[in-house]
Amino acid sequence: MSDLATEREIDRSKMQVSDEIAIEISNMNKWFGAFHVLRDIDLTVYNGERIVIAGPSGSGKSTLIRCLNALEEHQQGRIVVDGTVLSNDLKNIDKIRSEVGMVFQHFNLFPHLTILENCTLAPIWVRKTPKREAEEIAMHFLEKVKIPEQADKYPGQLSGGQQQRVAIARSLCMKPRIMLFDEPTSALDPEMIKEVLDTMIELAEEGMTMLCVTHEMGFARQVANRVIFMDQGQIVEQNEPEEFFNNPRSERTKLFLSQILGH
Amino acid sequence: MSNLSFVRTEMLPEREPPLTEVGVIGWMRENLFSGWFNSILTVLSVLFIYYVLSGILPWLISPTWNAGSLRECREILVAVGSVGEHGASGACWGVIRERWIQLFFGFYPSQFYWRPIMAFVLLAVALAPVLFADKVPTRLLYFSAVYPFLFPWLLWGGSIWGPLGAAAGFVIGYFVYKSVEVRVNSLAGIIAGAVTALIWWLVLFSPITSWLANLIPLGLEGVRSRDFGGMMLSLTIGVVAIGMSLPLGIVLALGRKSDLLIVKSLCVGFIEFIRGVPLITLLFVASTLLNIFMPPGTNFDIILRVIIMATLFASAYMAEVIRGGLAALPKGQYEGADSLGLNYWQAQRLIIMPQALKISIPGIVSTFIGLFKDTTLVSIIGLLDPLGLSNAIRADSNWNGIVWELYGFIALMFFVFCFGMSRYSMYLERKLQTGH
Repeated sequence: MSDLATEREIDRSKMQVSDEIAIEISNMNKWFGAFHVLRDIDLTVYNGERIVIAGPSGSGKSTLIRCLNALEEHQQGRIVVDGTVLSNDLKNIDKIRSEVGMVFQHFNLFPHLTILENCTLAPIWVRKTPKREAEEIAMHFLEKVKIPEQADKYPGQLSGGQQQRVAIARSLCMKPRIMLFDEPTSALDPEMIKEVLDTMIELAEEGMTMLCVTHEMGFARQVANRVIFMDQGQIVEQNEPEEFFNNPRSERTKLFLSQILGH
Repeated sequence: MSNLSFVRTEMLPEREPPLTEVGVIGWMRENLFSGWFNSILTVLSVLFIYYVLSGILPWLISPTWNAGSLRECREILVAVGSVGEHGASGACWGVIRERWIQLFFGFYPSQFYWRPIMAFVLLAVALAPVLFADKVPTRLLYFSAVYPFLFPWLLWGGSIWGPLGAAAGFVIGYFVYKSVEVRVNSLAGIIAGAVTALIWWLVLFSPITSWLANLIPLGLEGVRSRDFGGMMLSLTIGVVAIGMSLPLGIVLALGRKSDLLIVKSLCVGFIEFIRGVPLITLLFVASTLLNIFMPPGTNFDIILRVIIMATLFASAYMAEVIRGGLAALPKGQYEGADSLGLNYWQAQRLIIMPQALKISIPGIVSTFIGLFKDTTLVSIIGLLDPLGLSNAIRADSNWNGIVWELYGFIALMFFVFCFGMSRYSMYLERKLQTGH
């Protein structure tokens, strides 16, 4: 896993971090029943950042990004996404969800709809885009993830890597400002991991704000501008990738890195 | 083991399969005689089928079509020498020839037979765009929307202003909803629309329609509910109850999965109560008790009461079948829909329900078939469905003693419809197959 995510040179011309705030989390706490999953999370994400969240399983990293589009409810603290405060107000939640794209470990494509219908569904029903226009947008993004020829097939007829790329295209069709990736490559064969990572790298090269929970340390090293290490529901360490990998500060991070990059 | 390395230099071409694998012989080897045990089973099965058919067929093929009574049947059978150890042996088909129209229409006035026939032919037309959405023009759906008002008018007759007025309630409600929705919001629109429609139906409907009926007396001659009977009655009850129990079942299933405590408790209570009670008790309630609770003088049609009870009964089962389909959906489908910003109703309608209903198709159709066959229970509360009629026919002195022919014919009629439903569900499952 210490291998590079891509052999080629990454085009950094558009990968600019601005000083506009995309997501602001302050003092956020979450419990599953009596279990304290997220403890005092403070995190500010600026537009254009590519953040990789790493950590052992059960450390709360998936829960953290699932709180950002209210798939999980947080009990304490404040989350502001793209200027909208995340509260129980369903209108705010729907607004945030339409601005924030999410890619899941198990793709979560809709098996009863074709690839094209998967991609046009939300633009048509949420954004009220005319069908013809939504289809053009969908084909544009399907070409971007390099599977326009599969548009009329059903998800069940595609390989895992193709399904995940469709899932990315489906999110992009909503023209999101922020993309969340919840272990996008963990359910894939090694060969397919590469095609999905390539898609993600291209997305980063266009300046998309990205939060990725992933174990792909090559991706973190090459693409991220910040790596966050979580353990036991807390942010233990965050740093630029170079520093994070070469010079980890906390013992817990060192142990984790030695295991995941093990020789 | 001298040399392990091997490189194929040319690829092998495709060859014809051996004769034992294809054609009639191949098929028989594969399906009938694969191994000695299966061969023995095949021979035994053929013998069994022969034994059964040799008993039934001579009885079925019996020249008694024109007989006017059971005695005539016996005379014909003795005359052709078809005599068993208990006297004449063979079916007495005269009863079917004489009474088949009655078994279809009950005591419906014969000059109006075209009305139920037309109602059911049009039913097929109205169902086509729903059942075969990809083969029938979508515009036919407008007819499907009109049909629920046409159906009772054709069967029961009466002034044309009745169904038109009932439909007008929906139109009025819709326009009120639209105009309020634009000015306030959609929830206020729904409430205002529903209230206006209810006011229309409960207060304005009967004076206005009777005034119109006096002004322009258009309509069909009325037919009373107690003249309904036979297969027509079963189909009427079955079709309406099937058509209404599916949406009601969906609502109940969603209610049962709801986070809202009171909605959930109401749905659970309803489902468990209805499922815990035999249908026949509900039918007795419909036929006797319900009138006690009604204000005196209200005439609440018996067929309508039965339809309501059958619908409630089936919808409780339907809700549980659909809940099974909902439970089988992975959580990721809900999250996928949520993460795209679809609201609850959009997610249910576009993502969850299409998949949950598809999973539940076998269970839904089983419930439909069960409901359709359960319509025969109405014979116990005095309605003349085919079974109720069969008792009346057997009480006729001409046909006293007939059993098999009548019940066999009734069974055949039910089988045709139930088998049709079953085949349709298999077709639908194949059509909705989107995997490999």
